[in-house]
Amino acid sequence: MTELPSRTNRKLGLVIDLDTCVGCHACVISCKGWNTENYGAPLSDQSAYGANPSGTFLNRVHSYEIMPESGGAAQLIHFPKSCLHCEDAPCVTVCPTGASYKRVDDGIVLVNENDCIGCGLCAWACPYGAREMDAAEGVMKKCTLCVDRIYNDNLPEEDRVPACVRTCPAGARHFGDFADPDSNVSRLSAERGGFDLMPEQGTKPVNKYLPPRPKDTMEEVDILAPLLTPIAEEPVGFMAWLDKTLEKI
Amino acid sequence: MKYQPYVDTSPKVSDEIRKTTCYMCACRCGINVHLKDGQVAYIEGNRDHPVNQGVLCAKGSAGIMQVNAPSRLRAPLKRVGPRGSGEFEEISWEDALSLAVSWLKPIRDENPEKLAFFTGRDQSQSFTSFWAQNFGTPNYAAHGGFCSVNMAAAGIYTMGGAFWEFGQPDWDHTKLFMIFGVAEDHDSNPIKMGIGKIKARGAKIIGVNPIRTGYNAVADEWVGITPGTDGLFILSLIHELLKVGKIDLHYLAQYTNAPVLIDAETGLLMRDKEGKLLVMDRLKGEPVPFDQSGVKPDLNGILQRDGKTHHTVFHAMVHRYLSTDYAPEAVSDRVGIPAGRIRAIAAELARVAFEEAFEIDQEWTDFRGEVHSKMTARPVSMHAMRGISAHSNGFQTCRALHVLQILLGTVEVPGGFRFKPPYPKPAEIHPKPHCKVTPGAPLDGPHLGFVHGPEDLALKKDGTPARIDKAFSWENPMSAHGLMHMVISNAYAGDPYKIDTLFMYMANMSWNSSMNTKGVIDMLTDKDESGEYVIPRIIYSDAYSSEMVAYADLILPDTTYLERHDCISLLDRPICEADAAADAIRWPVIEPDRNVRGFQSVLCDLGARLNLRGFVNADGTQKYMDYADYIVNHIRKPGIGPLAGFRGDGTASGRGDVNPEQLDRYIENGGFFVEHVPEEARYYKPWNAAYQDWAVTMGLYDSPQPYLFHLYVEPMRKFQRAAEGHGDRQPPEHLRARIKETLDPLPIWYPPFEEGAVDKELFPLHALTQRPMAMYHSWGTQNAWLRQIHGLNPLYLPSKQMREHGLKDGDWAKVTSAHGNIVVPVAEMAALNENTVWTWNAIGKRKGAWALDENAPEATKGFLLNHLIHELQPPKGDGLRWANSDPVTGQAAWFDLRVRIEKVPPPKGSQPNFAALKSPVGKGPSELKWKVGS
Amino acid sequence: MHPAPSVIIFTSLSGIGFGLLFFLGLGLPAPKGWVAFVFFAIAYVLAVGGLLASTFHLGHPERFLKAFSQWRSSWLSREAWLSVAALSVMGLYGAGLVFYGVAIAPLGWVGAILSLATVYATSMIYAQLKTVPRWNTPLTTVLFMVLALAGGALLSGNINVAMMLLLAAGVVQIAYWIGGDQALARSGTTLGTATGFAQKGQMRAFEPPHTGTNYLLREFVHVVGRKHAAKLRIISLILMIGTPILMLSLTFSHVIALIAVIAHIAGVFVSRWLFFAQAEHVVGLYYGKR
Ligand SMILES: Nc1nc2c(c(=O)[nH]1)N[C@H]1C(S)=C(S)[C@@H](COP(=O)(O)OP(=O)(O)OC[C@H]3O[C@@H](n4cnc5c(=O)[nH]c(N)nc54)[C@H](O)[C@@H]3O)O[C@H]1N2
Ligand SMILES: Nc1nc2c(c(=O)[nH]1)N[C@H]1C(S)=C(S)[C@@H](COP(=O)(O)OP(=O)(O)OC[C@H]3O[C@@H](n4cnc5c(=O)[nH]c(N)nc54)[C@H](O)[C@@H]3O)O[C@H]1N2
Ligand code: SF4
Ligand code: SF4
Ligand code: SF4
Ligand code: SF4
Ligand code: SF4
Ligand SMILES: [Mo]
Repeated sequence: MTELPSRTNRKLGLVIDLDTCVGCHACVISCKGWNTENYGAPLSDQSAYGANPSGTFLNRVHSYEIMPESGGAAQLIHFPKSCLHCEDAPCVTVCPTGASYKRVDDGIVLVNENDCIGCGLCAWACPYGAREMDAAEGVMKKCTLCVDRIYNDNLPEEDRVPACVRTCPAGARHFGDFADPDSNVSRLSAERGGFDLMPEQGTKPVNKYLPPRPKDTMEEVDILAPLLTPIAEEPVGFMAWLDKTLEKI
Repeated sequence: MKYQPYVDTSPKVSDEIRKTTCYMCACRCGINVHLKDGQVAYIEGNRDHPVNQGVLCAKGSAGIMQVNAPSRLRAPLKRVGPRGSGEFEEISWEDALSLAVSWLKPIRDENPEKLAFFTGRDQSQSFTSFWAQNFGTPNYAAHGGFCSVNMAAAGIYTMGGAFWEFGQPDWDHTKLFMIFGVAEDHDSNPIKMGIGKIKARGAKIIGVNPIRTGYNAVADEWVGITPGTDGLFILSLIHELLKVGKIDLHYLAQYTNAPVLIDAETGLLMRDKEGKLLVMDRLKGEPVPFDQSGVKPDLNGILQRDGKTHHTVFHAMVHRYLSTDYAPEAVSDRVGIPAGRIRAIAAELARVAFEEAFEIDQEWTDFRGEVHSKMTARPVSMHAMRGISAHSNGFQTCRALHVLQILLGTVEVPGGFRFKPPYPKPAEIHPKPHCKVTPGAPLDGPHLGFVHGPEDLALKKDGTPARIDKAFSWENPMSAHGLMHMVISNAYAGDPYKIDTLFMYMANMSWNSSMNTKGVIDMLTDKDESGEYVIPRIIYSDAYSSEMVAYADLILPDTTYLERHDCISLLDRPICEADAAADAIRWPVIEPDRNVRGFQSVLCDLGARLNLRGFVNADGTQKYMDYADYIVNHIRKPGIGPLAGFRGDGTASGRGDVNPEQLDRYIENGGFFVEHVPEEARYYKPWNAAYQDWAVTMGLYDSPQPYLFHLYVEPMRKFQRAAEGHGDRQPPEHLRARIKETLDPLPIWYPPFEEGAVDKELFPLHALTQRPMAMYHSWGTQNAWLRQIHGLNPLYLPSKQMREHGLKDGDWAKVTSAHGNIVVPVAEMAALNENTVWTWNAIGKRKGAWALDENAPEATKGFLLNHLIHELQPPKGDGLRWANSDPVTGQAAWFDLRVRIEKVPPPKGSQPNFAALKSPVGKGPSELKWKVGS
Repeated sequence: MHPAPSVIIFTSLSGIGFGLLFFLGLGLPAPKGWVAFVFFAIAYVLAVGGLLASTFHLGHPERFLKAFSQWRSSWLSREAWLSVAALSVMGLYGAGLVFYGVAIAPLGWVGAILSLATVYATSMIYAQLKTVPRWNTPLTTVLFMVLALAGGALLSGNINVAMMLLLAAGVVQIAYWIGGDQALARSGTTLGTATGFAQKGQMRAFEPPHTGTNYLLREFVHVVGRKHAAKLRIISLILMIGTPILMLSLTFSHVIALIAVIAHIAGVFVSRWLFFAQAEHVVGLYYGKR
């Protein structure tokens, strides 16, 4: 199975809107909560109340500052990152046990924890840091695209989306099938210029990121701009204008 | 096809879902608590809930770690070591309550004011205040005074409501959203959802904030203003808008006191014999009451009477704000924004408000009886919070912002800012403060409220403050929420008087919620000559092993939020939305596994033991067995109780008889209740007859209360007049000038007090804190998941300051204010006002607290800025030390702080470094592999 | 990359062990009886000890058999197969020498090739990784092979060959370091491509996702030890190449040979430490670290 399927029936994944993400970490914790209780071993924490707390997370939110070439104000971008469910997933082909695989049906990249020997090679092969070895369980953990939610008959239909998508307060995360050009994610990505992370790594990520919209574009206005034509410089003149205008109301 | 392992894609999610209300912060979202084998397995947002509509923030999802936190207190504690040592013994509830009664009973019988009862992040204020009122002490308030009373009070005095719990932008229609001084706010999820909606429509956001994180990072335009100058910036916008006539004249004439006449001699508003405000009618050319049907109020009305010429409020505003003092060029340097950019923003506000206006086809009738066929949008909306509020000029700045919104005609119109029931609610129909103490009897009325002149101040006969926090005194006459941050220092100083017992609930006053933390610790532990503590007794209720626990003599351990009843009531701070009145409950979705009790239930018990009128039956037996009993059976006014939903036979809303099954109905309904505002009542609420009538049926008003927005706040003028020597209640001499200057009835700007009190060359930088979205004050720390995100806090310096001081990320610096210094790790930030440094609030922890390891990064590298902030300003030449508060409301001026920075060699850890507290709950486990159920 | 002792020990020792097996397989030398036993024992201790060491860093060593399943795509799996094959074939060949005093030459040749192939597979585990530009080059394989062969030659007493191979190894090693220092830059992967903001302006990482550490930082971001890289490179060259060459040019004695071997192995350890410690995984870019 560590060979990749030549094609998958669907390409499920996420669109993450960097123009909208406020960096609240809600997706991080709902992911932790769901996946601790569900698929596979719990996401453990070491030194949980100690000097050096460190735990397994399948989704982490970075932030970056950009100093525009134009010299305008610096910008800050929040950047959530989880597995991108790559089409050419190097993490899968390196796996010696077959524990890592890409599902033929929907393209989700999963780790079968019963087969994982915890060699860590798949994490080495992933350029995005999307895999984390659980220190308590000794197996590789990664985003499952909430495979145990999206088809789950025990959940109401509208809840059959990943936990992080359901929880995102700003609506910055979208889930859908990229194989369908009419899906919400395909359309969003097309409209807003969805892009790949590290395209040069040749992984062909399924997840797409929407770029932040241009910022600080408002031009400084001088006194003569049409919207700001003074009606009077002095209160007396203003009151005269007021009287005239009130006549019309 | 290749072999693919079987995956159970439909695992059972849980045995049961119980729906209640989150309390990982004050936003109060609805949650679905999934249980397995009776334990909390997973928490998600409740899709049906009006507040969060299914989404949930990081804190909310991490609730499972809070409910199981090792820091939870386990039983009542009695102090055995010295205060501050953390040495306690566990006692029974019976012993704890008897001890409390033995302290409180004599106070009540002899002098109830010797009890100061202050509740911090309390969501049951209508209940706790009821208890305090029954006890008879005047000394009650919650945390509002150190939080954001400037915003609340300015909003209510100006337009009958402010932001957050009072109202919200019309997220679905707004085209330009301007947000001032907000990092996270109480309306945590709704703001994010709103921003998401705006972004999805491609509408614009302007963020005004010295720091560009979070909401300001996604803002299309960032205005990195100089802290403390928003008032000046806003008045400059007003200057520009007036100058070009881009204001909503119709709106101003109809719905505000702009056309109301000011008595030229007194500066008070002119009224007819019935006390109705007078406007000049453009048609008749004579003064008429503002609410007469058919009146066309003249914004430029002039009344000649008794040889004097009386002008309108609007006239006064135009004269003030057209002054070149407010021209963009004149303010640009101080606010740190180029003049052209100020103008651009003014132009954009004008463009969107007037050129992108649209209409909604919805007929409505105003309070004068006039029928309007449409509702006209002014699709500019605003939101602001502590960034403008927590300065010593905050009240006036918040006023200015509301005035700006009103000039644009964008309050309570489509696309603008909308009130949430029970707001709008003008200051006039709020209660006034009460302070009359009678031993053995209840206070004469509610503690907190809105004053309308010197006659309403809470003063004793001798003119000294009646309250321990000096609220409603000349130092801060309009302190609508009290001044929790002054209680300990005043009680310690015995000024205005000494108290016997300090009783607190849910406030970490020996740490992150105090200014001058070290000083407060000393005050709590200092003894007088007789060897008694200066503050003799402290009772405290917390749910966790916080820093404050160590400083109390008796601890009443609370439950966690999933283990108790709570009531988020229309009587205090409900969860309403602009389109609906709503309230909610919490209920014990799990049973506590420790010897703890819900604090409110404990108050029901204590109240009965103390024989407080509201808490005993005629025969002296306990009236409310617990809080649930109170929630259902308490009657505030006929037909009105804590919960508005499912009253009477279960179908009555707002008003109705007690329904013994009310809580069950709430639980069935998901823990909340919603009643929608009728279509024609959705906008123009203060003047909309349909809304006013609906509000009466809901019990929000006793009768229709249409009113005008107060661009001019007359009560302020009354205080000014007193300061000018009028009337028999006179301020002390040293306060006269300040009252005259700062209680201006039209918004003004003055530099924050600390600017005047310190040498700006010596302390060149502004120092701020922000709320991290994924942490709630101190109590996020004990959360194993959240503390990984924010386990320590660097001080962020702008790139320029990093260079100038030769600093790089991870270096350490000494930060000095006029009051003290701290040594902390630093990190660089480019998207930051170049004279501002900041850090995340309340990450720093005291060693030994919260069941954390003593070497936890929170305690070794984390730090509080609070050590640098004093509750008093630095001494000036006058020999007096003025409060570090807003002179109008007493709001704590957290953000006036000025500092300087020096690079220092890396110390062992951040300074100051306090001795470790002894943990009454031990330490947490080292590894977590959380999973419940089989 | 985190220079985990288990992986350093594994790759170094097993490389030398298989290098020795390679020469033994070729019959250079082809000792018999006890002498053969000692030679094979050393080779097996090194090769198998290395393999065992590698299991220390597995989360579930008890499931190691599963690692044989994916030979069609995974170099780790291939390495498992090849090592077992090499050890088995060489085991048979060795048994012939030790117990029967016969050298079944074809078996030795097959074993030699398998031994070399094992080293090749090991090297490919690293060389295949695009995520670690410093490793992602054929030179990684060359380096692993030449070091294995040099070590093998040294241990097998093929002095002249060893001298040549050591020299070659020194050259490859230097080339590897020089080339490696540019590898990340040459790979074209930057914080800009990692985030998609390459065109937007100058970038810097602001807050990390967590204030504490995590698996990724522990495993992939190792900035601490790199400070002494230049010094360590020289130490490594002296120990791994210089000392053995010097020793071999002296008149032979067992002590001198022992010193040569020990110095070489120590030098290989240092080289391997640097191989890991200096390797930058592109994920470090996300953390503003390399
Ligand atoms: N430097 C600086 N300082 C500030 C501010 C700032 O901006 N900058 N902001 C100020 C403001 S606005 C505020 S509101 C304060 C907040 O400061 P506080 O009001 O002190 O708030 P917290 O630290 O959240 O928590 C108070 C206590 O509530 C306890 N608690 C939590 N849950 C429960 C419960 O269920 N029951 C009970 N009984 N107790 C519980 C916690 O354990 C904690 O001890 O900080 C103020 N301090
Ligand atoms: N996650 C989380 N949510 C919380 C809380 C929490 O602890 N954690 N606490 C709750 C409480 S008690 C409160 S009071 C609210 C407060 O919520 P906010 O009002 O968002 O308060 P702060 O986080 O203190 O952020 C103050 C903001 O004002 C900016 N600021 C400071 N001075 C100025 C100024 O002069 N001008 C302008 N324009 N901006 C300025 C700061 O940069 C900062 O962004 O949050 C509530 N919500
Ligand atoms: S929940 Fe949404 S807004 Fe918050 S960090 Fe995640 S993606 Fe960003
Ligand atoms: S993101 Fe990483 S873990 Fe996920 S499929 Fe791609 S390479 Fe594999
Ligand atoms: S860690 Fe597990 S999933 Fe990853 S490569 Fe090794 S065996 Fe495969
Ligand atoms: S899809 Fe599921 S597993 Fe993946 S990041 Fe989101 S919540 Fe986590
Ligand atoms: S904002 Fe978050 S913590 Fe606050 S009530 Fe809502 S879900 Fe809970
Ligand atoms: Mo607050």
